[in-house]
Amino acid sequence: MTFRDIVPIIILVAFLALVPVFITANTVLNFLVFTLIVALAAQGWNILGGFGGQFSFGHAAFFGTGAYAAALLQARLGINPWTAFAIGSAAGGAVGWVIGYLSFRSGLRGSYFALVTLAFAEVLRILANAATFTGGAAGVLIKLDVRPENFQFESRGAFFWIALALVGAVLVLTRWIERSRFGAQLVAVRENEAAAKALGVDTLRVKLGAITLSGAVTAAAGCLYAQYFLYVDANIAYGTWISVEAILAPIIGGLGTVLGPLVGAVALHGLGEITKLAAGSVPGIDLMVFGALLVVAVAFAPDGILGLLRRLRRPIRSSGVSGHA
Amino acid sequence: MLEVQNATKRFGGLVAVNRASLKVAAGSITGLIGPNGAGKTTLFTLISGFERPTEGRVLFQGQDISRDEPHIRARHGIARTFQIVQPFAGLSVVENIAVGAHLRHAKRADAMARAEAVGHRVGLGPELGKSAASLTVAGRKRLELARALATEPKLLLLDEVLAGLNPSEIRDIIPVIHAIRDEGVTILMIEHVMQAVMNLCEQVYVLAQGLIIAEGPPTEVCDNPLVVEAYLGVGAAERLKRGSVHA
Repeated sequence: MTFRDIVPIIILVAFLALVPVFITANTVLNFLVFTLIVALAAQGWNILGGFGGQFSFGHAAFFGTGAYAAALLQARLGINPWTAFAIGSAAGGAVGWVIGYLSFRSGLRGSYFALVTLAFAEVLRILANAATFTGGAAGVLIKLDVRPENFQFESRGAFFWIALALVGAVLVLTRWIERSRFGAQLVAVRENEAAAKALGVDTLRVKLGAITLSGAVTAAAGCLYAQYFLYVDANIAYGTWISVEAILAPIIGGLGTVLGPLVGAVALHGLGEITKLAAGSVPGIDLMVFGALLVVAVAFAPDGILGLLRRLRRPIRSSGVSGHA
Repeated sequence: MLEVQNATKRFGGLVAVNRASLKVAAGSITGLIGPNGAGKTTLFTLISGFERPTEGRVLFQGQDISRDEPHIRARHGIARTFQIVQPFAGLSVVENIAVGAHLRHAKRADAMARAEAVGHRVGLGPELGKSAASLTVAGRKRLELARALATEPKLLLLDEVLAGLNPSEIRDIIPVIHAIRDEGVTILMIEHVMQAVMNLCEQVYVLAQGLIIAEGPPTEVCDNPLVVEAYLGVGAAERLKRGSVHA
């Protein structure tokens, strides 16, 4: 990967970083921070599902592990939240490796893999809901103590920048994957596992690498969530809502692309918010929009919003020499 | 270079390969022929590592590789093509080949350069930027060949790369295979197209119902009554001989 590969990412992130300078309304910033957290979780999913073709239905397992790790390490053990953040992300990676090892070793793929990941997430949710260490159904509160060294900030803008920095870092990471041997092998596994093996790809190692990275990124989103809302319980942390959001955003934005998850998350939540504003008090109206959007995306834009844009642009470009993809 | 010793593969009660032994000399083109269902492709999977032999051993450069995973064997220098082509349909042709090239080249730029060179060599030059899904059958066969070659193998296993091609396409690809061998790659090929076998192979093994029934230079093997009977049925060799006498 060269510097030129990441210039567009730097420009995009710098542009987004200006947002809190102009918009200071708390409701808007709240919405943006939450969207970025979802985008980060979705970026994690996209590494495994988009690039590796291994569709997990249980990324809540990683999100929740990150969220609980961040909350518990602070609340129970008094560990510094920044350290807790790092440990939480690493824990997500470790959980990813374990789930990956158990399922990929036994050759699970497709819908079987999806079901197993869903089962892992549900088991973790039930355990977290029952154990006393995790606070049971009451959940865990993180003590309010607004100091930067404590990962708590006076302004929501600061939190926005941190979330944005993480999303930006994962954009660069994903770009690296796209341009690296690891990425080429991961995509080869997605496209045809037998052919990849014949070409010398250690498919188990590649898939384990992907699920570990994926788990760590989604767990980082979970840590961020806990740190922002200062509260987690089992249904938030390990709930299926985040598994679903982490899948929907990349599918709508563009599977296996660098920007897909971010674009998808912004589109989903942007539309959700607009409908909520427009429709007022109808409960669950934003979820109906999610569903409708998914149907539309699958029917008319199977490569997501980014794929649609590329398709619209192609007729102009194809007049030139056919370049390398 | 390659030696298969008494390899047997059973699938439940079915013996697909039965105590088959063969040797492939370094730098040669060796053919593996036999009627449909003889176990040729199964023998290939034993050599490339997608299946493990129930009994017997596979030696590569004197080393026992019978238990190694396919990707380990690829690293040792064994590459295979698939009879039913298996392109990475979502990728472009050059990206397909680059996956193979990545085995020996960690950097993307090196792998892509290597992939382009290999692509040109097998005649896919004009197709490099296209989607692999858009290739014709002949193109896909070439792609299989290119991907395998990109791993820089010492031994190339070709599983019916000529099947499904028309005569002119076959004529085009035979020199490519010759050239690959001349650059020092040993080739073991399964082939039904006898014109190609006669043209290319120095040594031929004939597999029928899991057993190696004949071996030798192609002209010799084709005259072997056992081989004729394996293809055409019991007594066919006798009838042919009488026919040629009468003629």
